[in-house]
Amino acid sequence: MKTKRKLLSIFLLMAVTLSLSFSEGNKETAKKKTQEITVITHRTDLVDNLFQEYVAEFNKIYPDIKVNYESITDYEGEIKIRMNTKQYGDLLMIPDTGFAISELPDFFEPLGTAKDMAAKYEFTTDKEFNGMVYGISSVGNAQGIIYNKEVFKKAGIKKIPATPEEFLDALKMIKSNTDAIPYYTNYAAAWPLGGQWEAQAPNVAGDAKWYTQKLPHTKAPWSEGQPYYVLSKLLWDMVSMELIEEDPTTTDWEACKGMIAKGEIASMVLGSWSIIQMQQAASSLGIDPGVIGYMPFPYTNADGHVYASVGSDKQFGINVHSENKEAARKYLDWFTEKSGFAQHESGISPVKGGAYPDALVAFGELGVKFIQNVPAMKGEETLLDDIDSEAEIGRWSESYRTRILEAAIGNRDESFDDIMTDLNTKWAKAMSTLGVK
Amino acid sequence: MKDLNYASQRRILIVTFLFVPIVLLCVFSFLPLGNMVYYSTLKWNGYSKNRLFVGFSNYIRLFSDPEYFSVFKVSLYYLAGSVLQLSLALLFATLLTFEMRAKNFFKGVLFFPYLLNGVAIAFIFLFFYKGDGTLDSILKAIGLGDLIQFWLRDVKIVNFSMVFTSIWRYIGFNFIVFLGAMQSIDKEIFEAADIDGANKWHKFIYIIMPSIKKIVELNLILAVTGAIQAFEIPYVMMHGANGTKTFVIQTVDTAFVNGKLGLASAMSVVLLIIIIIATIFQKQYFKHREGV
Repeated sequence: MKTKRKLLSIFLLMAVTLSLSFSEGNKETAKKKTQEITVITHRTDLVDNLFQEYVAEFNKIYPDIKVNYESITDYEGEIKIRMNTKQYGDLLMIPDTGFAISELPDFFEPLGTAKDMAAKYEFTTDKEFNGMVYGISSVGNAQGIIYNKEVFKKAGIKKIPATPEEFLDALKMIKSNTDAIPYYTNYAAAWPLGGQWEAQAPNVAGDAKWYTQKLPHTKAPWSEGQPYYVLSKLLWDMVSMELIEEDPTTTDWEACKGMIAKGEIASMVLGSWSIIQMQQAASSLGIDPGVIGYMPFPYTNADGHVYASVGSDKQFGINVHSENKEAARKYLDWFTEKSGFAQHESGISPVKGGAYPDALVAFGELGVKFIQNVPAMKGEETLLDDIDSEAEIGRWSESYRTRILEAAIGNRDESFDDIMTDLNTKWAKAMSTLGVK
Repeated sequence: MKDLNYASQRRILIVTFLFVPIVLLCVFSFLPLGNMVYYSTLKWNGYSKNRLFVGFSNYIRLFSDPEYFSVFKVSLYYLAGSVLQLSLALLFATLLTFEMRAKNFFKGVLFFPYLLNGVAIAFIFLFFYKGDGTLDSILKAIGLGDLIQFWLRDVKIVNFSMVFTSIWRYIGFNFIVFLGAMQSIDKEIFEAADIDGANKWHKFIYIIMPSIKKIVELNLILAVTGAIQAFEIPYVMMHGANGTKTFVIQTVDTAFVNGKLGLASAMSVVLLIIIIIATIFQKQYFKHREGV
């Protein structure tokens, strides 16, 4: 008996100590009067410098809100795991890959009605569900190709290419007339073959409805003439014509910035967000940042126009479980309207009526038309993601583009047509599994 | 405690000492395992509030598509590599058991890679295999420049490069375990063997090997399960691209790229079963041999 009692008391003691430590934790949060918010960001490069300056600026107006920043390198991968709990910061970037907008109300606080938000901000339809908007864009981007102007000039290219054939010809001229790598794939980093290419699809479609409303009902999106086919073919041709770096498996993302500035790389398919990073790399090497140019994706539509799709970078959302929603909203509003982040990134301001950055003003001079995807049809908001996930294609990931590249090098026993047929089959099968017409 | 008899004192001690490790084991091994089995019966993306119970349909999907299992042939490279790895570890451990100069220095050199972070190793080897990287420079310096290959680009070579990295990383562990076992062999046995005129090879075959048989078995089991589960190095170095995808990389992609946590959990359960079978099979094999 005595033993049992002793054991019991040991367990009781442990239980008491445990519960004590828990309740102490609770007391601490309740005591706090000055508000403290945590912002979770994917910008690991800015969290220790620029964002700290922003916080200092913000605190001049709101001294009683303490802002803590936290950054995650593999943001998309990790944040969704954290969202299984209630503690995923107060203000954070809404994940894009595989996060269906129908999930928004479970995780994020509504920021306003669709009508009110659209009057004030750009890109509000991206994170809209059932008439409410859950996200505000951090900055807007255009989709195109970054290139080195000097290399293009040295190669003797007179005109910005407007079709894939012209682009390939330009790359061939670069290969024979200069020492530069005509196109750098960034294969080793993998992600530059993901979303950066995927986001070019609306440029080829030249139709604001294609991506969000027509694609989920297209039975074979990788058949000839379709945007995905055009993009895939360009990648295949560049690789098989040996217009890329010699060994894609040892490319280096950080190094590519300096290489394009020095004219060792001629071009890369990247969103306009990359302009500033390449320019900074140039400046730090003592090179005029003006050598970095940005061109629209080379595809002229049947109507004779080249299109550049404009879209939002990651969007901010407020954690629905946050205890400091108001403070988070104050910082979000300040960040969107006062911080000047969009100018810093030479991107498009999320606030309506902001000026376009210089690099994109040049697009207008070329006669390029900007387009922005319209929202998906009612009741079909998650359809595109569902088909993609069911088919296990992962359009926003690098998976099928690395496959094209490997096959084009000769590392796989499949032809370009084999891959296109396989993707079409998977897509069509997923559509029929989900009962989509 | 004075009035307690020996048996109950013993029981209390056992319970109190085992309490913490058992709680840790349950919380970090068995609970997640149970959850994983449960998840494998769901259609779930990993965070949504909607979890749809689908019974065995994830398993049915898995077994009706041979593509999911085709990646296991990559494991064969690692399996072959682990044989080489164990032989080398055994060789180095034996050499260092006998008297030699700078013994501790070599022990350190061999064990050091195991202490390094796997991601750091992956980056070191990216530079190593890069065009004009470390390996190419070494080959050029010793006049073997003709042997230079695309170590990662060439699909026939890339898995050997991965396996070599893997051997370099894990050999220290096998080595230290072998060495520990060898050093626990009574020195007098070696002295007796010396008197009988045994050479080093005899000592290895007739003294060392029988004494460390259990440890060799253990290392073999660990090596086989390790080969089936290879992940870190091909994932960090290649993202599983260019034919380096292993079953675990495929599982991670299914869960976090394709958003099918249910299917990925089913894959993990299948992997667990495969490993259990492989281990039982090996155990039986060794037991059988012991009987002979």
